[in-house]
Amino acid sequence: MNVLEISRFAVRGLTANKMRSVLTMLGILIGVAAVILLVAVGQGSSDSIKQRIQSLGANTLTVSASFSGGFGGPAGGRGGGGGAAGPRTQARGLTLEDARAIAASGDAPSVKSVSPVVTSSSATTTYEGASHSISQVVGTYPSYFEATNKPVTSGAYFTNQDVTAVRKVVVIGKTVADELFGQVDPVGKKVNIQGAAFTVVGVLKESGSTGGQDADDIAVAPLPAVQQSLTGYGSLGSIVVQATSAEVTDVAEAEITAILDQRHDVTGNATADYRILNQASLQETVTEATGTFTVLLAAVAAISLLVGGIGITNIMLVTVTERTREIGIRKAIGAPRGAILGQFLIEATLLSLVGGLLGVGVAVAGSQFTIAGVQPVIVPQSIVLALGVSVAIGLFFGSYPANRAAKLRPIEALRFE
Amino acid sequence: MSSPMNGPMDGDRYGSAGSANRWAGEPMSEPAEGPATTADPVLLIRDVTKVYGEGEATVRALRGVSLTVERGDYVAIMGASGSGKSTLMNIIGCLDVPTTGTYLLGGADVGALDEVRLARVRNRRIGFIFQSFNLIPRMSALANVELPLAYGGVRAAERRRRALAALGLVGLSDRVGHQPNELSGGQQQRVAVARALVTSPTLLLADEPTGALDSTSTKDILAIFDRLNLGGKTIVVITHEDDVAAHAKRVVRLMDGRIVDDRRQAPVDGPPPLVDDRSPTGAMSER
Ligand SMILES: Nc1ncnc2c1ncn2[C@@H]1O[C@H](COP(=O)(O)OP(=O)(O)O)[C@@H](O)[C@H]1O
Ligand SMILES: [Mg+2]
Repeated sequence: MNVLEISRFAVRGLTANKMRSVLTMLGILIGVAAVILLVAVGQGSSDSIKQRIQSLGANTLTVSASFSGGFGGPAGGRGGGGGAAGPRTQARGLTLEDARAIAASGDAPSVKSVSPVVTSSSATTTYEGASHSISQVVGTYPSYFEATNKPVTSGAYFTNQDVTAVRKVVVIGKTVADELFGQVDPVGKKVNIQGAAFTVVGVLKESGSTGGQDADDIAVAPLPAVQQSLTGYGSLGSIVVQATSAEVTDVAEAEITAILDQRHDVTGNATADYRILNQASLQETVTEATGTFTVLLAAVAAISLLVGGIGITNIMLVTVTERTREIGIRKAIGAPRGAILGQFLIEATLLSLVGGLLGVGVAVAGSQFTIAGVQPVIVPQSIVLALGVSVAIGLFFGSYPANRAAKLRPIEALRFE
Repeated sequence: MSSPMNGPMDGDRYGSAGSANRWAGEPMSEPAEGPATTADPVLLIRDVTKVYGEGEATVRALRGVSLTVERGDYVAIMGASGSGKSTLMNIIGCLDVPTTGTYLLGGADVGALDEVRLARVRNRRIGFIFQSFNLIPRMSALANVELPLAYGGVRAAERRRRALAALGLVGLSDRVGHQPNELSGGQQQRVAVARALVTSPTLLLADEPTGALDSTSTKDILAIFDRLNLGGKTIVVITHEDDVAAHAKRVVRLMDGRIVDDRRQAPVDGPPPLVDDRSPTGAMSER
């Protein structure tokens, strides 16, 4: 009596009640497919978020004004004049001088470039008959393109001369080019942005980011030109700083903090009126968050795998009860305990293994489609794990009914009605 | 069976069922399990009792039964319903254990055997035939007959050969592919007989084998038993029909769990009293 022989009995046992076997397998199939697919979705969304952050430029720091934290703290002020959290001086926006200070200072050796930025949203733009509302018009310096990882596909960036001469030139995103020009090459054409005529000098490469805001619905022009015709000469929206390398972003952050604290009179425990967004640390945070997200998804899926396993126990118990007489007959003609145990264990394991393999197939097929806007990325370990767990489930959940069958005394089993 | 079954013996422990020497009355090769010799009785039980249940619901099914069955004997056990016949038979067939008393099978103490050895004894030394056939549903006659050989570890080709031979013996060569629900009661019982025979057991046990059969099928089964006994097989059969008991060499009567009568109808080493001594399959009607 070898394993192959016992397996044949097991297969015969399973095919004797095909519908039931298929439904039981379905439980495991769904569990395994869910584990693999949900982990793949988690991985896919994590990948795409990382890619999006990377496309913003890995070694950039964005300094922006922060007005949160209360102007002197209204609650504290009323409670008894000047609490422990020292009231800070009137919050000031970021200025071009701040940007110049960072760029010119010998105290910031880790800083490669500094780009002051003003933005204007929903700028109505026309070209001949076509009209489009650009979601973001950016006024800045040429270093912005490199710092934020925005190459051009046709034409060129504007130059420092364009900035100093306040020339009305603009580099437009792919979406803007498509909306206004269609098939026509936009370079050299004049567009009208909020009443001001700008000459298109370049078109940005498609960033290809998915979901949320369209990163290609953008126009970038020299800072003074945008201030003059769109935003006015108020404070800056932000300052984009590029560090000399990804490794020194934290150093650069410290250098900038020192310079700005001094310029904005931030001392001791006073709250700064600006904040610095560090892409590298952001990426770390996001990776952590998506990791947690993936684990949660996997946990939910694991529960469905467990439910599938309980389904196997249930069916195997029913099978053993139903076939008690048959077990009695087999024992009466000399089936050893091991053969009976083996048969039912193999039946349970086959159910879970075949269900698991089909689940892998379904998951691999399902990962070809985008799910909730995410292109799933299959993690090979999740396949190995899900299959391993499903086989273990078959063995574990099958062993109780199988043991019960094997322990039956022949005469009791034969008398069973 | 069309081909002669005199193939090489493959060195395993089974004699090949249906080979010519079976019918010539030669003693079969004994599956060695303990120091059995031909001098030992096939079956020796002493002071066996069996008590079912506890307290108020206690049933004393056997109240001290002693019985010795010699090699080649054909014993009918009779008695009213509830007299303990089946209980005794289940103990002899190693399907149940006695409450007290000893049971020697071919000289070896069955009570001392562990689970694994007991399974081997059931497989190789005892062939059990039930009143309700007890074939496994959705398995062909051939697969049913092959099953004991499969559990005994016989290789597939050899198994098939012997199962076909055993089915030929009971006259079912043309029904090997049928499942139990495609066979008549008589045919099912003949498949069960083939299954009991296929491992060449020392002892053939039958608990009211004809109880669920019509008179023609009953005759077929009894004719098979007669010829098996003529070939040297030891048979113990339970029945409450005198017609069936008339075929046995010895009749034992049970009443309330005790043997009350033990009568010999024919000598152990002679032929069974009513044997129809013609060709093996000639007497069998093909249904
Ligand atoms: N599993 C059991 N549990 C309790 N009592 C039983 C059981 N099997 C048989 N008996 C009782 O034992 C007695 C003998 O039964 P049995 O050996 O089946 O008799 P027979 O086969 O001669 O009709 C009966 O009184 C019966 O009710
Ligand atoms: Mg009975």
